[in-house]
Amino acid sequence: MLVIGGGVSGLAAGLRLHDAGRDFLLAEMEDQVGGHSRSGTNAITAFPWGAHYVPLPSEESTEVRRLFERLGIITGYEKGLPIYDDYALCADPDERLLMYGQWQEGLLPKLGVSKAEQAEHQRFFAQMETFRNLRGQDGRRAFCIPIDASSADPALRALDRISFAAWLEDQDYGGEHLLWLLDYSCRDDYGAGLAQVSAWAGIHYFAARNGRAANTDRETVLTWPQGNGWLVERLAAPFAGQIRTRALAVGVQDGPRPLTNLYLPEEDTVLLVESRAVILAVPRFVAARIVHSPAARPDAGDFHYSPWLVANISLDRLPAGPGAELAWDNVAYGQSMLGYVVATHQHLAMNPRQTVITAYWPLDHLPPAAARAEALARNGETWKTLIAQEILRMHPELAGAIRRIDLRLWGHAMVRPVPGFIWGKARQQALQDHPPLFFAHSDMAGISIFEEAYTYGIRAADAAIRHGPHPT
Amino acid sequence: MYELIAGTLASYLLGDSVTQFSTIIGAYLSAMGIGSWLSRYVKRNLVGVFVQVEILVGILGGASAALLFLVFEQVTSFRVILYADVLAVGILVGIEIPLLLRILKDRFEFSDLVSRVFTFDYAGALFASLLFPLLLVPHLGLIQTGFLFGMLNVLVAIWLLFSVPDVIPGAHWQRGMALAALLGLLAGFIHAEDITGTAEAATYPGKVIHAQSTPYQRIVLTRAGADLRLYLNGNLQFSSLDEYRYHEALVHPALASLAQPRRVLIIGGGDGLALREIWKYPSVDQVVLVDLDPVMTRLFSSNNLLTQLNGNALRSPRLSVVNQDAFAWVRQAAGRLAPFDAIVIDLPDPSNYSIGKLYSLSFYKALGGLTHADTRIVVQSTSPLVARKSYWCVHDTLAAAGFQVTPYHAYVPAFGEWGYLLAGQKPWTPPARYPEGLRYVSVAETPRMLHFPADMDYVAAGVQRLDNQLLVRYFDEEWGAYAAAW
Repeated sequence: MLVIGGGVSGLAAGLRLHDAGRDFLLAEMEDQVGGHSRSGTNAITAFPWGAHYVPLPSEESTEVRRLFERLGIITGYEKGLPIYDDYALCADPDERLLMYGQWQEGLLPKLGVSKAEQAEHQRFFAQMETFRNLRGQDGRRAFCIPIDASSADPALRALDRISFAAWLEDQDYGGEHLLWLLDYSCRDDYGAGLAQVSAWAGIHYFAARNGRAANTDRETVLTWPQGNGWLVERLAAPFAGQIRTRALAVGVQDGPRPLTNLYLPEEDTVLLVESRAVILAVPRFVAARIVHSPAARPDAGDFHYSPWLVANISLDRLPAGPGAELAWDNVAYGQSMLGYVVATHQHLAMNPRQTVITAYWPLDHLPPAAARAEALARNGETWKTLIAQEILRMHPELAGAIRRIDLRLWGHAMVRPVPGFIWGKARQQALQDHPPLFFAHSDMAGISIFEEAYTYGIRAADAAIRHGPHPT
Repeated sequence: MYELIAGTLASYLLGDSVTQFSTIIGAYLSAMGIGSWLSRYVKRNLVGVFVQVEILVGILGGASAALLFLVFEQVTSFRVILYADVLAVGILVGIEIPLLLRILKDRFEFSDLVSRVFTFDYAGALFASLLFPLLLVPHLGLIQTGFLFGMLNVLVAIWLLFSVPDVIPGAHWQRGMALAALLGLLAGFIHAEDITGTAEAATYPGKVIHAQSTPYQRIVLTRAGADLRLYLNGNLQFSSLDEYRYHEALVHPALASLAQPRRVLIIGGGDGLALREIWKYPSVDQVVLVDLDPVMTRLFSSNNLLTQLNGNALRSPRLSVVNQDAFAWVRQAAGRLAPFDAIVIDLPDPSNYSIGKLYSLSFYKALGGLTHADTRIVVQSTSPLVARKSYWCVHDTLAAAGFQVTPYHAYVPAFGEWGYLLAGQKPWTPPARYPEGLRYVSVAETPRMLHFPADMDYVAAGVQRLDNQLLVRYFDEEWGAYAAAW
């Protein structure tokens, strides 16, 4: 079998094939697996290049929980609740917000927020709590991870056809601070603000995560200095010998034994691979370009992707600032850049002298294609100047302490759950397998999260294993 | 002025101001006598020599305070350098006045000349002796005062070099030298705070005799009479007057409860004071001391005052010092090193998230990997009176890590009522005897240490975890309220 793509879904598929004892090759175009969960390292610390945390797995995330048991992230159970590895739980303090020149704990604005607004915040979170426990007519939870486990109740799915902004207005939410937080949250998870994404997706962000733990609060997330790169390393380790990096799939010809052209830039040759099945663990817009099949015609026309810029900034001293102490996630109110996470936060050492912070910037000020064009037109130096400006706006005291800035531009960082997408036709079509071609990618969920990528990878591998008899 | 600076400095650094002032002033005056006598050998070029002496006095006298501050920690025989400096400046100043008299002797009547020179000299001395304690030390500090007077001396030389260049051979190049000296002194004046952090002196009771920033902390030693105090990041770590109470209470209930303690681990405690108590057990043949900051262990194994206090505890062949982060070291060592018989945790209070990690459930669990069934752990754990929830939070955290925990406390005047926690796989039994010669801990005192009056008795406080830092929040709240009340 052939797995194309070494992101989280491809690695999940590879791990499942490995466990089943199948003969397979995983082809990854980059020189390193991990996809959007890749990580880097320098003399100071390991750091993420993209996805950098996983919330506590929800009730429905059975595959992910099984993986976490295997990796020792879940060390046992107590009264039915998982016990998580203390070192993987995000250390306190986890979040802080810069507002009116003062850092406050947590991301929910508190300073200068009127009583009326505070009441509105409470109303919103109470409503989300109701959604968290809400079940549709079919008895399933309204909002689940994985998304496909969610209720099919039409009344709930109707929320997917309007924008989150429209729903909020309809529900009479209008406070500046709440809207900022919700916009921030959507940009954080979808790379697009609350006017761009569907109400179903917006509510899902707050209502789907119901994972609990014996040894921490529900809001705590799992993270590592290198972000989800930690998971990537462990997913790939058991079958490292079956991974071929710098191998670009340029064409997959459908048939009883599909033929795949792999371009190997080192040798400047094209390798023709014949396999019993192909798992395309690639985004839809890539699948649409490389699959040649009369039956399976992947169409990516309705898939929209948010571009992001991620910068890793090496600092000679830790960021400080008035008010709450440095946290893992540090956000400035009203800033276009989302803020930064601190790679050394999970380090156990006292007072690190140097650190790397990872700044995340969803480029949603323009439609995706225009934002991509603008981002590509800027050279590295221009980007570095912009990033340095944003960081120094948050931290004037870091002047002179920025040692270096490394950049990565993700043109298609996240699928965008625009109104109508999650429960629309395009996604339903993408979920169809066309044996011996199988598809796996988080964009099939309509949201870009580890749990979805991993679950689709497992699902595709299972389908591929069922499809073909075990070769003897 | 320079003898005042040297005398004050010596009192700061060495204590006992009566002795320091009288020996310094005595040495300075006798050096001036030597200088006056030496002035006879100056036969020619009186003005030129006077100028050179002024420049030298300016440099040597001006920088002496800064120099003495800096070398205090680096050398073992500080007094030799101190008196050498005083003698050199005294000799140079001693040359000045006879030279001045001889230079001016042709311009004035002898009686008038002597009268004028000494009138100005003594009036100047009065002026300086008033200026020094009232204005200069409070506002400029010793170091800047030194540099300021050094610059005045050099300015006199420069004035002469420009007003009477004809009578000074080589006036031209001497001008350059004098200007360079002036700039050097000016730079010292401007950066005086960097040299000693004199600005912080005002924030400490007693005189700051050593201040140093390491990558990990700010170390400040102060002295007031016989009381030597150590501050880390502004927090008092010990007062030499009563630290024996703290350290005896820290070490002996744990160590004396063991039959034959051989291997001991100390986490923190770079001051060597807990170690001093541990060496009272002859059966101990190996101690590993893990302290993050090499500057601490170096300071406390080299400085005279400090090695006197810890009885040279850090200079033992049975000791290995590990300057590493304790959490990382414990995780690495667990399972690889043989377990320890006793573990003494003498860390700073959990006043920030960074140090809070070393009070966490994860840390104590990791520490479990260095214990055997009879290992006794003791943790210094802030004041159960001032920070009751903090204290019992450490207790609950040790219990959650699976240890049998025994709380106890001691009264340490510099700290107030102080708390400790004993932990181990088995319950602790009070020792039947303690080593000879203890000043505070005894079999009779032990029950009192174990009794908790109602105002500091157990409150359920919860567990300090890496992901909640409960203890740091309690600590901040409780000590914050205490500081506000006082």
